Amino acid sequence: MCLGVPGRVLEVQGTIAVVDFFGVSRRVRLELVDEPVAPGDYILNHVGFAIRRIPEGDIAGTLAMYEQLLREAEADLMAGDVKSELKGTRS
Amino acid sequence: VSRDAAIGELKFRDPQRGAALAAALAKTVAGIGRAPVSVMHVCGSHEQAIARFGLRPAFPRDLHVIMGPGCPVCITDQPEVDEAVALARQGIRIATYGDMVRVPGTAASLADARSEGARVEVVYSIDQAIALAAAGPDPLVFFATGFETTAVATAAAILAGLPDNFFILSAHKYIPPVMEIVAEMPESRIEGFIAAGHAATITGWGVFEAFVARHRVPVVVAGFEPLDILAALVRLAEMIRDRVCAVDNMFPRCVSRDGNLVAQRQLWEVFRPIGGRWRGIAHVPNGNLRLLDRWSHLDARRRFAIDLNMLWDAAPSLLSQQCVCGDIMSGLKTPGDCPLFGADCVPDNPVGACMVSSEGTCRIWHEYGVASRVGVGRES
Repeated sequence: MCLGVPGRVLEVQGTIAVVDFFGVSRRVRLELVDEPVAPGDYILNHVGFAIRRIPEGDIAGTLAMYEQLLREAEADLMAGDVKSELKGTRS
Repeated sequence: VSRDAAIGELKFRDPQRGAALAAALAKTVAGIGRAPVSVMHVCGSHEQAIARFGLRPAFPRDLHVIMGPGCPVCITDQPEVDEAVALARQGIRIATYGDMVRVPGTAASLADARSEGARVEVVYSIDQAIALAAAGPDPLVFFATGFETTAVATAAAILAGLPDNFFILSAHKYIPPVMEIVAEMPESRIEGFIAAGHAATITGWGVFEAFVARHRVPVVVAGFEPLDILAALVRLAEMIRDRVCAVDNMFPRCVSRDGNLVAQRQLWEVFRPIGGRWRGIAHVPNGNLRLLDRWSHLDARRRFAIDLNMLWDAAPSLLSQQCVCGDIMSGLKTPGDCPLFGADCVPDNPVGACMVSSEGTCRIWHEYGVASRVGVGRES
């Protein structure tokens, strides 16, 4: 669960962001993130909250591992935990 | 497995860099001039990555990389599970994060209570628990588990406002104090720590400076990719070799010195640290997070009379007395040292919490076949 999951912000409505997680659009709460978040930014989601805005230069590297994990079956523990993070966000 | 073959198995995006880091790690550890050298990480996701990407066989034989108390489900102690089970049996709806349902209390788990008819719901976020509570008038208790990375979400939800029928049973834990306990255990001889990148995103790496000053062991903050972990271990081995006692941040893209102050402010507006037991390890001063008095109207421990007596009608499992989860999380044993591992204790029928959780050492080693690859009972 410590892993979190990164996603791209599509729109911001007050303390809620609509975020694209690898093609799935979900709602994430913004009360915990310590920088302003705008459409196009990437955030790291943990249990339904953005806990970090991911710096520009780091996005590609961060996404690669998750893309690999999300291709895995849920039986893989690490992939299962990443998918659980997606289940914690609202549609 | 030979080291070269192991490196060939590494599922790196950059295998050449992986091989170079593994070679640098071997050389640095050899340069320390004594063996074995034990280091500890405190994060289930790190252990998953080490196992999942086949790193462990690529570590030098003389470097013991031990997973400490880094699984929030595993360190949730029996009395805390007992409180949730008792509430569930008293007819209160319980919502909690997935793996907690199967974690054994003294004599029963929430799954046992559910099979007896209690209402126990699995959620993946506090928002889902809030939605469950909002759907009906009955009180709902959110059994809130997890380290500071998850506690901040509980805090933010409380500060944003909860339904009137929503209560919190906090078993949240705070990682920095338990590192003090493990560092003081003379038997474990941990010479350096790898800190979890995303927990440090919240706390900042500065939280470890006082720890380093007191215990004279280096701490390196690490990310979760295989190369991040190898690079952090190389740095930690260098610091051990050169007797550098400091905090080094090898995950600067996510972790700053001060951390996420917005999240920290919310955490300490809601919780206070108190001492409490971590399963199988010790009483950890300031290791548990409890609601501040101003939130007592939300505190399930104050709102409900929790009747633990009925738990004593059933005897604890005899097998559970052989469980060595605590020694594993303290770095004194590996899963391969446990007589139950893979025999009487398996993921479908776990005896100890470390076999329940996807972040537990035993579960991870079992799923990824680690024990057979590193050799069972390899401990010095």
